[in-house]
Amino acid sequence: MSSKRSAAPLFAALGDATRLRLLGRLAGGPLSITRLSEGTGVTRQAITRHLHALGRVGLVRHARRGRERVWDLNRKRLEHAKRYLDQISAQWDDAAERLRAFVED
Amino acid sequence: MAVQTPTPNDTMTTDRIEKRVVLRAPRSRVWRALSNAQEFGTWFRVKLDGAFTPGKPIRGKMAIPGYEHLTIELLIERIDPEHYFSYRWHPYAIDPAVDYSAEPTTLVEFTLADVDGGTELTIVESGFDRIPLARRAEAFRMNDNGWTGQIKHLAKYVE
Repeated sequence: MSSKRSAAPLFAALGDATRLRLLGRLAGGPLSITRLSEGTGVTRQAITRHLHALGRVGLVRHARRGRERVWDLNRKRLEHAKRYLDQISAQWDDAAERLRAFVED
Repeated sequence: MAVQTPTPNDTMTTDRIEKRVVLRAPRSRVWRALSNAQEFGTWFRVKLDGAFTPGKPIRGKMAIPGYEHLTIELLIERIDPEHYFSYRWHPYAIDPAVDYSAEPTTLVEFTLADVDGGTELTIVESGFDRIPLARRAEAFRMNDNGWTGQIKHLAKYVE
């Protein structure tokens, strides 16, 4: 993983329905590409490409489990992305309440 | 402007934040609070000089305790009287030593609609997927409020 990944477009990597689904499945624990492809209607090759796209921004990592290669979620990375929006979301809640007090007087 | 389906706060959104509130005030009153730069500054807590003009930037010092040293700039995009107001800005631009001007902006949109007993205001801020991750990291440094457990929400949302 390159040290430049801190500046990588993490949110852009998330902006894809298949990738979001992959992250959702990995939320349950590490899985192989075969398992991740099951029931998706998407080829293994396409799944692999999506996993590498997520890997480039540090959202997933691969590891060996016995003879199998599995992919796992980098939870810390995902938390960071979400926490940023939570922060700004809370600021808008505050601003909306100040506006309420201002116009409802 | 197409009004999007509201997004609950506890689901995974990557690009946008959406807030919807009903204010017990007539639409004309809410509109003035949004579109008049001085009234906007009162509740938003920024001291703005001048007026909102589409295509023009407007600057002002923050009036939030602890943030008074910060100047923010709003680039006004569109004003549809009594209905819609939008601007672009640099979200969470809290480090006075950083020049944010070359970075992508987010779009903030306010939309008003009449509802029983008042005015429904929808606030949407979008474009976060273009904000560099290094910048987003500053938000965590400022307020590490122990966010946990969201992976489960994500799973619920995407499955």
